[in-house]
Amino acid sequence: MTTRYFGQRIKRNEDPVLLSGRALFTDDVHLPDMLHVAFVRSDHAHGRIVSIDVEAAREREGVVAVYTAADLGDYWQPGPLLVPPPPIEGIVFNARTQVPLAKDKVRHVGEPIAMVVAESRYIAEDAVEDIFVEIEPLPAVVDMEKALEPDAPLIHEDLDSNLAAHVVQTKGDYEKAKAEADVVIRRRFYYNHGIAAAMENRGMVAHWDAKTQHLTMWDTTQAPIAIRNGLAAMLGLSTSQVRVIAPFIGGGFGPKIMMFYPEEVLIPWAAMKLNRPVKWIEDRRENFFATTHERDQIHWAEIALTKEGRILGVKDTFLHDTGAYDPYGLTVPINSQCTLLGCYDVPNYYSEFKAVFTNKTLVTPYRGAGRQHGVFVMERLLDIAARELGLDRNEIRRRNFIPPDKFPYNNEIIYQDFVPLVYDSGNYEPALNKALELIGYEQFVKEEQPRLRAEGKHVGIGVVAYVEGTGIGPYEGARVQIESNGMVNVATGIGTQGQGHFTSFAQVVADQLGVDVRKIRMVTGDTAEFHWGTGTFASRGAVVAGNAIHAAAAAVRQKILKLASQELEVAEEDLELGDGKVWVRGVPDTAIDLGTLAVKANPLRGAVKPGTEPGLEATAYFGPERGATANGVHAMIVEVDPETATVQIKRYVTVHDCGRVINPLILDGQIHGGIAQGIGNAFYERIIYDDNGQLLTASFMDYLIPTAMEVPPIEIDHVETPSPLNPLGTKGAGEAGAIPTGALFAQAIEDALAEYNLEIREIPLSPNRLFELIQEAKAKKGGA
Amino acid sequence: MKPAPFKYHAPTTVDEVVGLLAEHGYDAKILAGGQSLIPTMNFRLAQPAVLIDINAVSELAYIKSNGDGGLRVGALARHAEAEHSRLVAEVAPLVHATMPLIAHPQIRNRGTLCGSLAHADPASELPAVLVALQGRVRASRQGGSRWIAAEEFFQGIFTTALEPDELLAEAAFPPLPSRSGWAIQEVARRHGDFALAGAVAVVQVDEGGTCTAARLVFFGVGEGPVLARQAGAALVGAEPTEQRIADAAALAANNDVPTPHEDIHASSAYRRHLVEVLGRRALSQAFARATAEER
Ligand SMILES: Cc1cc2nc3c(=O)[nH]c(=O)nc-3n(C[C@H](O)[C@H](O)[C@H](O)COP(=O)(O)OP(=O)(O)OC[C@H]3O[C@@H](n4cnc5c(N)ncnc54)[C@H](O)[C@@H]3O)c2cc1C
Repeated sequence: MTTRYFGQRIKRNEDPVLLSGRALFTDDVHLPDMLHVAFVRSDHAHGRIVSIDVEAAREREGVVAVYTAADLGDYWQPGPLLVPPPPIEGIVFNARTQVPLAKDKVRHVGEPIAMVVAESRYIAEDAVEDIFVEIEPLPAVVDMEKALEPDAPLIHEDLDSNLAAHVVQTKGDYEKAKAEADVVIRRRFYYNHGIAAAMENRGMVAHWDAKTQHLTMWDTTQAPIAIRNGLAAMLGLSTSQVRVIAPFIGGGFGPKIMMFYPEEVLIPWAAMKLNRPVKWIEDRRENFFATTHERDQIHWAEIALTKEGRILGVKDTFLHDTGAYDPYGLTVPINSQCTLLGCYDVPNYYSEFKAVFTNKTLVTPYRGAGRQHGVFVMERLLDIAARELGLDRNEIRRRNFIPPDKFPYNNEIIYQDFVPLVYDSGNYEPALNKALELIGYEQFVKEEQPRLRAEGKHVGIGVVAYVEGTGIGPYEGARVQIESNGMVNVATGIGTQGQGHFTSFAQVVADQLGVDVRKIRMVTGDTAEFHWGTGTFASRGAVVAGNAIHAAAAAVRQKILKLASQELEVAEEDLELGDGKVWVRGVPDTAIDLGTLAVKANPLRGAVKPGTEPGLEATAYFGPERGATANGVHAMIVEVDPETATVQIKRYVTVHDCGRVINPLILDGQIHGGIAQGIGNAFYERIIYDDNGQLLTASFMDYLIPTAMEVPPIEIDHVETPSPLNPLGTKGAGEAGAIPTGALFAQAIEDALAEYNLEIREIPLSPNRLFELIQEAKAKKGGA
Repeated sequence: MKPAPFKYHAPTTVDEVVGLLAEHGYDAKILAGGQSLIPTMNFRLAQPAVLIDINAVSELAYIKSNGDGGLRVGALARHAEAEHSRLVAEVAPLVHATMPLIAHPQIRNRGTLCGSLAHADPASELPAVLVALQGRVRASRQGGSRWIAAEEFFQGIFTTALEPDELLAEAAFPPLPSRSGWAIQEVARRHGDFALAGAVAVVQVDEGGTCTAARLVFFGVGEGPVLARQAGAALVGAEPTEQRIADAAALAANNDVPTPHEDIHASSAYRRHLVEVLGRRALSQAFARATAEER
């Protein structure tokens, strides 16, 4: 092999089209006679629909149709349960899924009630103002704790409470461990994880071709195949009559894998009914109400330790807000439950949660997907324990890291992929050591910090560790095919939302086939090209699709060798591949280029041997037995101005282990983006509902995502502990950056404000909240 | 997020503008940089029937020095021009220093100084700067124009003394006398956000270092720029020691500034606290400038 791309920091194949504005996004699809949609959405969090008057809207010039639930007939159905509950003993799960248009009741602000189809979006929005919906308001269920009180109003009246789920998972015997402990620490924690706020909102364009009886839909989904299968079933079509294309997408982050959004059900239906192409592009305001959130949990957590700081056990009970419906099952709270244990050898664990319905937007995974919440609780418990025991924060972590010889490590609880949570591999201490070295921990703590403190500066350092369950099943597939011109086509079912698939996947193929990485044409997320698979989520693209592509490319390599050995009359072992050619080792004159070979593999006349498959093409699938566990350490130095309660990040260091790295440049980018979102989550972004269930943060004036000015340069290093669960040895990396940042902020700010003895038990923070915490600490100090 | 229907006019002279204002008055809005108006129209919070776009009125596009050594800024002068203007840096260093605090470069490329004044957002920097410097604005209507002093111009949240048929044609920022100093301080959630609270100080000292004038103005904490008269008065006639400055800032926070409002980003208590901290920091910096240099 002449080149090896795996592990190379090469630039992305897709960037020229993306950066020059030539890539196709859903809103770039313009079709003749296309209609535009706007929705009437509920202004009330909870209420009974008394009447809907659409007459004036129907009469407005340029309006083609107005639909309410009544107009949908049998097509009106609650959405599918996307993720059924995992097989956990004693689990309670009440599935209540979203509906296309609210019928009798509205259950959150922004729930769609009526759909206007018009000649332009402007007219559609004018017509929305013509529609009068009378709603009899019901008391809104906003507070998670109050939602479960016996007299709480019921969101789903066929249930006898607002309980969506109740799950208990245990390992060992926590109570016994507690009885033997020297120290037990118990605290209440609050974590709110906000919204994805992808740069591109959701959108879809549906085109029904009545002559060919074929439906095409461009959709900003992370799961085009599942959307196609579902749409075909709902619309009474065969899957071969439906093509779903997920073109370039300006960020997915999880909410775009939720399905079916009401709009995804309605837009293709309207296109068929009206026999005209129909487009709906979500605007930013709608995005805040109508695209799923992740939001908050309240934890009551307890850790039992020996006086040396060894963890004997952890107990955690928490409430999880699932919003008005729960089509995505329990992925988020199960992730919190399973990620809480982190990098640590915890012999006894009791974890119980209740998911509750509230009159708020639905909660589904968003980058990190509940892992943040768990990591925050565990890292905070360790920090508090270290203080209590007079131990260094890094030392307490070291003493509890799972040692490298204990892998695979069984946590004995069920993970989101329905199988026991077993860490495949890991080596945690080197990551910690590297991070400490990179940020200059010793020097900072011993010299710099005392010096700066003497100058009156409030500087602090934080160091936290985490794991990330990644690369879960069930499976993905891919097809690799060499064209007669030597180009290589690769198709896989997962969609792409900026992860660099066109490059990292191409690298895997290029290595197998010995071709230039730029000669590989990737297609992702188009059901006409590949129609088996599940989607891009849970940091699984590089692991699951990556290994499927690797297997397909390896199979094509075998076909090349076989055919070339016949053509050149030598044994396969004597052949070499490179530069898009195959030749007899040591005899470069014999080289045949792969395009020529592809032509030979597809004879137009004559006979072939029985069993011959045409072309240099192969399809392969990969499904891991379970997920691969990545890990990392983040460290940060901050300066706090205690007078204004503002925080400045001085340095940010990440050491990351996601097994073997395909492209470090792309990996760094993934981590940068994750950290930016983590910083937003920790200090800027917060979803706020008032007591009536009104969303107060429904624009970027109020929901503050960090800009380039708030995100510091990030220093990254790696440890590589390959996963034994897949041939490439990869683990996922998509969510890593975002996971530990909240815990890191809390620790670093406490350190910077050491004189006030703060204990931060909540995320997000803000200058206002920090001001309050400082005031409380001052009052305590003054009072004591 | 599409605006409601409206009629659009793009006049090229001030005469045409005031003519259109006379005709449409209450139904019309001037469109300058559009950085505040367009978002409110897209949210349909503002639904003006008529837009009068002044972007083609070239006679309003100027920043020039006034006869008195101060600055005159026409209605089409953009924030970015003031930010990069040597004249502004020399003649009105406070205005110059304020520009980077207003929004982001892209917004400053379109937004206008006069638009900021006419919009009168209580969290906006420029109205406070105009009050601190005792500047004025000129309002034009069909048949004439009038000058309005800053303190009379700002009348409340998004409310000014401008009549519906008047154009804010230009603003005048007077020069700083010798031995004077200035400062602007703010706390915003992110770079470029409207301030949670901010303070502008303009002070003057005599040869002996005694304070002869002090104007401390806050933004983001009231219904418009809040001039702290008691704090200013407490400083005049004495040497501005650290203690006196701190006392004046406390006086401003406790007496001059009415109870600040509360919103999702800041409680009233936090805003009041910031008034004191930022008032003190602005005064200290302004006095340091006043004593340090012979302006
Ligand atoms: C993200 C963002 C952040 C921002 N941050 C800040 C900030 O930190 N500080 C700050 O001060 N501003 C901020 N702004 C507002 C920005 O500075 C605006 O540009 C400015 O407030 C208005 O100027 P404009 O020229 O864009 O006015 P327009 O948006 O065109 O008009 C605003 C209003 O003033 C009226 N108007 C404008 N010019 C005249 C005139 N000559 N005569 C009569 N009426 C007139 C209009 O009719 C309209 O009602 C921000 C804006 C954005 C989008």
